[in-house]
Amino acid sequence: MSRLRLYQLAIVAGFILLLEALCLAGVIDKITMPPPHVIGRDLVNMILAGRYFGEIGKSLMNVLLAFAIAYVLGIVAGTILHGFKTVRDILDPLFATYYAIPVFAFYPLFIVIFGLGDGPQILIGILLAVVAVIVTTLNGLDRVPAVLKKTAQVNGLNPLQTALRITLPFCAPYLLTAAKLALAYAFIGVIGSEFIMARSGMGYEISYAYTNFDNATMYPLILMILLLSIAANSLLSYWERVLLDRRGQK
Amino acid sequence: MSAAQVTLRGVTKVFPAGAGGEPVHALGPIDIEIRKGEFFAVVGPSGCGKSTLLELIAGLTAPTSGEIEFEGGAIKENVPDGVGVVFQEDACFPWLNVRDNIEFGLRQKKISTDEKARRTSAVIDMMGLRDFTRSYPAQLSGGMRQRVCIARTIVAEPRLILLDEPFGALDQQTRLLMGDEMLRLWRETGATVFLITHALDEAAMLADRIVVMSARPGKAIDLVETGWPRERDSRIVERENFGAMTSRLWKTLREESLKTMGRAGSGA
Repeated sequence: MSRLRLYQLAIVAGFILLLEALCLAGVIDKITMPPPHVIGRDLVNMILAGRYFGEIGKSLMNVLLAFAIAYVLGIVAGTILHGFKTVRDILDPLFATYYAIPVFAFYPLFIVIFGLGDGPQILIGILLAVVAVIVTTLNGLDRVPAVLKKTAQVNGLNPLQTALRITLPFCAPYLLTAAKLALAYAFIGVIGSEFIMARSGMGYEISYAYTNFDNATMYPLILMILLLSIAANSLLSYWERVLLDRRGQK
Repeated sequence: MSAAQVTLRGVTKVFPAGAGGEPVHALGPIDIEIRKGEFFAVVGPSGCGKSTLLELIAGLTAPTSGEIEFEGGAIKENVPDGVGVVFQEDACFPWLNVRDNIEFGLRQKKISTDEKARRTSAVIDMMGLRDFTRSYPAQLSGGMRQRVCIARTIVAEPRLILLDEPFGALDQQTRLLMGDEMLRLWRETGATVFLITHALDEAAMLADRIVVMSARPGKAIDLVETGWPRERDSRIVERENFGAMTSRLWKTLREESLKTMGRAGSGA
């Protein structure tokens, strides 16, 4: 294990221990937050009892759907935009200020249009994730060396073949960064929407537990979302490291 | 060996004006004939349009005026079948290992998978890359990466190989060895080789004929026949008349290089 990884783990462990100490000493009262070991135990019990599996499955499915659609859409849009400089220049200010737009504010409107099902939540997830993918894809494509594009021409590749066989594979590390961002935004979009207004899902259950002072449900569910995000992010980071190692970039 | 494989007639290249600038007359008019099977080199001062000339012959860009023919067919803005290019910059694909990088040169060829594998293996052996087939470019030295790029070009069995200062980024010793390698490949493949270089000794060592280009807009101002035997290597530099050859090239080129420097100095 690298020294950096040890430091990271030490910081996380230190933070958990600090929370544990503050909770046990009563600095953080029980109604605000139970000690981390209790949250962990509640989570294990929740999993063993199979509680909320349906909710978890539904939320994860919606997150995955939002992620997959935003990811494919973002890469395709980024690749097409890269070929149209004027359109890109026109859209650049929108991309730069996009995350200042309160996308959640449109949620009630989406409910009116699409109904109180999963559609609006997935749409919010897509809207939050897609621009990060477009911007990161464009960033990667800007870095493709001109000589590789000439090599594509010499080998008789058409624009689609060039994108699939040369420019996008060159951008693979950027596309993995885009995947990490898209996944995080998809989680925020879907769980956040469920939290505001929904009839099921992890966000809804967290919100329900919150209004009922049910810390034994709320914190374990938050911890589960955290663990799932970390697991997915770690997997993508590992893949990213393998790719960068292969290219001699650390 | 005497029939013209590539013919350039009155070729010019003018790049359109950028924002607030003026059009740049980069090249020509230039007339050149490259014979089938010869090793042809072009030297010239920096900025004289050598690489533009190569890109025109490769079909990577279209001439502003004039005609370019490869084996009797006009070259427009597409790379003709039978033409391979090796660039100065590292053009290895970092995500593919050596074998896959080389086999990439056959992707568009309509031949069986077995034939692709056979030809790739043959070129791997020819280039001495057998021990590195599973290595990635990042694990190789600059010279080795350039060998991979050359291998990717010759695997397609081009009849004309265009080299754009392929050894420019390498150290002197590696350049000499790569020169030997190029001469060997030229003999073994029977292809015509067109080399762009700024190194006079490299041109004098490798080529049968050398064109000297003027300062921008580049025109052919001298054509030197070296008269070297086909069987040769870098030891040709030991020959008595090698010095005279490079001296002649430098004599022509010196004035042109001074013009380029003067232009740069005057800020024009």
